Amino acid sequence: MLEPSILLPAAINGLTMGAVYALIALGLTLIYGVLHIINFAHGSLLMAALYGVFFLYKLLGVDPYAAMAVLVPAGFVAGYALQRSVIGAIKPGRDQNVLLITLGVSIVLDNLAVYFFSGDTQTIDTRYSLEMVNLGVALVSLPRLIGLGAALVFTAALWLLISSTDLGRAIRAVAKEPHGARLVGIDVDHIFAMSFGIGTACLGAAACLLLPMFYVSPHVGQVFVLIAFTVVVLGGMGSFTGALIGGLLIGVTESLGGLIFGESAGQLAIFLIFIAVLLFRPTGLFGSRLS
Amino acid sequence: MRMALVIAAACAVALPLVVTSDFWLGFCITVMLSTLMGAAWNVLGGYGGQVSFGHAAYFGAGAYTAALLGMKLGVNACVALALAGAAAGLVGLLTGYLSFRYGLRGSYFALVTLAFAEVLRILAGAVDWSGGGVGLYVPLHVGAANLQFASKAGYYYVALALGAGALLVGWAIQRSRLGAWLVAIRENEDAARALGVHTFACKLKAITISAALTGLGGAFYADYYLYIDPGIAFGPGVSVEILLAPIIGGLGTVWGPFVGAIALQGAGELGRRLLGDAPGLSLVFYGVLLVVMVKFRPDGLIGLFGRFARQRPAHA
Repeated sequence: MLEPSILLPAAINGLTMGAVYALIALGLTLIYGVLHIINFAHGSLLMAALYGVFFLYKLLGVDPYAAMAVLVPAGFVAGYALQRSVIGAIKPGRDQNVLLITLGVSIVLDNLAVYFFSGDTQTIDTRYSLEMVNLGVALVSLPRLIGLGAALVFTAALWLLISSTDLGRAIRAVAKEPHGARLVGIDVDHIFAMSFGIGTACLGAAACLLLPMFYVSPHVGQVFVLIAFTVVVLGGMGSFTGALIGGLLIGVTESLGGLIFGESAGQLAIFLIFIAVLLFRPTGLFGSRLS
Repeated sequence: MRMALVIAAACAVALPLVVTSDFWLGFCITVMLSTLMGAAWNVLGGYGGQVSFGHAAYFGAGAYTAALLGMKLGVNACVALALAGAAAGLVGLLTGYLSFRYGLRGSYFALVTLAFAEVLRILAGAVDWSGGGVGLYVPLHVGAANLQFASKAGYYYVALALGAGALLVGWAIQRSRLGAWLVAIRENEDAARALGVHTFACKLKAITISAALTGLGGAFYADYYLYIDPGIAFGPGVSVEILLAPIIGGLGTVWGPFVGAIALQGAGELGRRLLGDAPGLSLVFYGVLLVVMVKFRPDGLIGLFGRFARQRPAHA
């Protein structure tokens, strides 16, 4: 049964899902690379963004892709404010404390969503939700294809931002040596919050690309948070290209693993990869830091 | 101090004579169960400073071991309880060996424990003999030997014994060399190692004890609620609930998990009384409490009491 005619479409679908994983992981890896904190609230922030897209569509009829114009800035502001107010200055030593704080934030967000939106799973039906594109070897749904393209564009844009703008240079300086950066006059707290803001802005974009092919529920963040961590550690913490390749790899692994060994095996593979990478190769497959 | 403890113990034992409503006995049972698992988590996370996000792995291992032994092999519930603790301890030893052998610390340790629990959750849902995604309905055979009772008072005594036992284990560890070594590891692992503390062995002991106690909690849960499924037993919600009580009560203290359990369950109940049974709202409150405590009161509610206790003579 495992002929190319079955495997290939599954692999392509895996790639498109992996692209969204990559986009989610981009924000996480940026936040890790600069602040050296593991943002456990990342999935819940994605959930909040997904609800944003959902209600913009349901109440105001805003197309999910057009909603990016609202959600990317909104994500940025939310992230900036969250870092400045709740997560706060990084204290050396106890990194678990920041992890616990972000865990607290995620509990609050998830359960506010349960309270306000009930636990139901919601989807949207756009004109193009079910539209298929024939790639010759496989039929792929249009939203998935758009997601794949957009993930590549966003990775490139983020890379450009970090490598060749003044803000990017400041971010890299802070990531490498916060004390030195402060000495040369960089406002480190501002750069921390900017990085967190850009990281959550990526989630705003990811939510717009994800909702046309997925669903939203209060606990949807939990589906993605461990996957995003897996992508990040696989690609090397703080590496953008690593996040992109890691995301695609995880997407394909999940899809093919699910096809060959049954659905739960695909998920299982993700977590086993996560454990194996953390234990045996904590720098990731392509482990170069944000530089 | 000793007098106060004796009185407290007498009150705890006599409680079902005074409190006869099923509701309040149920409340006390939840507090004791939360105390048990909080005290278990505290051994590793409080004294040893190894924050686990995956204690659901041990809770679930205990719950499934007890339920399956009773249902498939007809093992007596008391024996099954002990075996559940042993099985969970074994899972703890294994996951601890892997994590600590490869030097995972801090946030990385927290994440890998979460992943271990998720792996077990998926496995429990995928395998048929564990009931798959449907879960297991534990049959009710009332009788003290089966740890199942017609009244809540019976369950209360079991929960009380387990919770008090766990606090006693915490107390014993705090007074032992192991406890001192664990605190040294928490404060500075490299320095502890340099001073000759066998850090790997200490952390392994701590995680095994912690997991075994958590497994007892899982087994009790199965006997008390009579139903488990992969999400209830191994889900991330369990892990979070376990770590809340010791963090809010006071990390690395004997009574912290108990104080935290009372505060959390009490606040949850109060919230339900005031705001109705709104889904999610009590958890929102717990989340806020977690952030506030970690940020502003890392020594927990116990630390707050301690502060007042220390200040009193100065004002007098």
